[in-house]
Amino acid sequence: MAIENACQISVTNRQQVFKVPKGEPLLMAMEKLNQRAIDVGCRGGGCGLCKVKVLQGDYQTKRMSKAHISEEEAALGFALACRLTPLSDLELESDHFPLKK
Amino acid sequence: MIKGVMRPGHVQIRVLDMDEAVKHYVELLGLIETGRDNQGRVFLKGWTEVDKYSVILREADEPGMDFMGFKCVDEATLDTLAADVRELGIEVKEIPAGDLPDCGRRMQFVAPTGHTFELYATKEQTGKWGISDVNPEAWPRGLKGMKATRFDHCLLYGDDLEGNLKLFETLGFGLAEQVLDPEGNKAALFLTASMKEHDIAFIKHEEKNKFHHASFYLDTWEDVLRAADLITMTNTSLDIGPTRHGLTHGQTIYFFDPSGNRSEVFCGGSYFYPDHKTITWKVEELGKAIFYHTRELNERFLTALT
Ligand code: FES
Ligand SMILES: [Fe+2]
Repeated sequence: MAIENACQISVTNRQQVFKVPKGEPLLMAMEKLNQRAIDVGCRGGGCGLCKVKVLQGDYQTKRMSKAHISEEEAALGFALACRLTPLSDLELESDHFPLKK
Repeated sequence: MIKGVMRPGHVQIRVLDMDEAVKHYVELLGLIETGRDNQGRVFLKGWTEVDKYSVILREADEPGMDFMGFKCVDEATLDTLAADVRELGIEVKEIPAGDLPDCGRRMQFVAPTGHTFELYATKEQTGKWGISDVNPEAWPRGLKGMKATRFDHCLLYGDDLEGNLKLFETLGFGLAEQVLDPEGNKAALFLTASMKEHDIAFIKHEEKNKFHHASFYLDTWEDVLRAADLITMTNTSLDIGPTRHGLTHGQTIYFFDPSGNRSEVFCGGSYFYPDHKTITWKVEELGKAIFYHTRELNERFLTALT
């Protein structure tokens, strides 16, 4: 089923591609599709588990914990997927949480 | 209580968005808002709590816990316990009355795991919310959401558990339950100043000063199930549950506030007297110790912290 108004998300480090509806936070949209391309933690911008680096595309973010995304990092494309809403197709890397077990 | 610490009295939690946070703690958990201060902090309590507040929310760039406070029986106890803590080589700062509104002086120190704790003895008492202290009704009408009855405990993550054990034993806490690794090192501490199975708990973790959850008490398993229903109805971020913990044997559900701080509501569980032998869980069975039914940790338990 094709999703109208969808953004294509390519998670390059896990070789996964999926389409999410525009206007929804990426992490929760991914969960609804049963995709496991990004780790899921608190879904609130606090824990950092869903940290990604966007390589290409436009997006918006809500406030994210400074402990996980500094201003410099945000400028480099780092973001928390639970606080990120895609505005176009995106190419990104997941698994940027430093303490992954 | 052995040395005059009565109970967890308050916790100050940092949130990314105050309006969203108040919605979580008031509309969903059912805490009562009892005040705001000129710094924009919001003060809340569970309806059975007699003191004016037990949860303080502060908006900040980084979620997590600022400090947790324990209420002591009287002012003199604060000086004795502060002296005992200083004897351990830990610096204790006295914060004057009124720094927290309606609260007396506080003795504040940083534990070996990096968490800030404080002791105080005086706070304005407004009584249980919505019922009288003469011929009280069973419960007040008009409670919201999960109708959380009280702030109960916190679970915190940090590195130096041996140091924290020494500190909390100095404060008169008992070690109700522990997790040990095969070499006999402590991997978790469940400490109590009361008859409750835990008033504060720690899990071993490589970073200092991490917050796992603040927990609120419900009366029955039916209430925990109803809390789960409300989590779905409000599309709240669920962690895991309803289930039972092995440790403390409480019945529980974990979920997240809108800034990613974990909340717990729970009921039941074991009890503790000072002559009880410490219950030991082996780290090889940590799954069962934490989640008694599935007997395995979910991926978030050890990593999703604020
Ligand atoms: S899942 Fe915790 S920060 Fe995104
Ligand atoms: Fe708990």
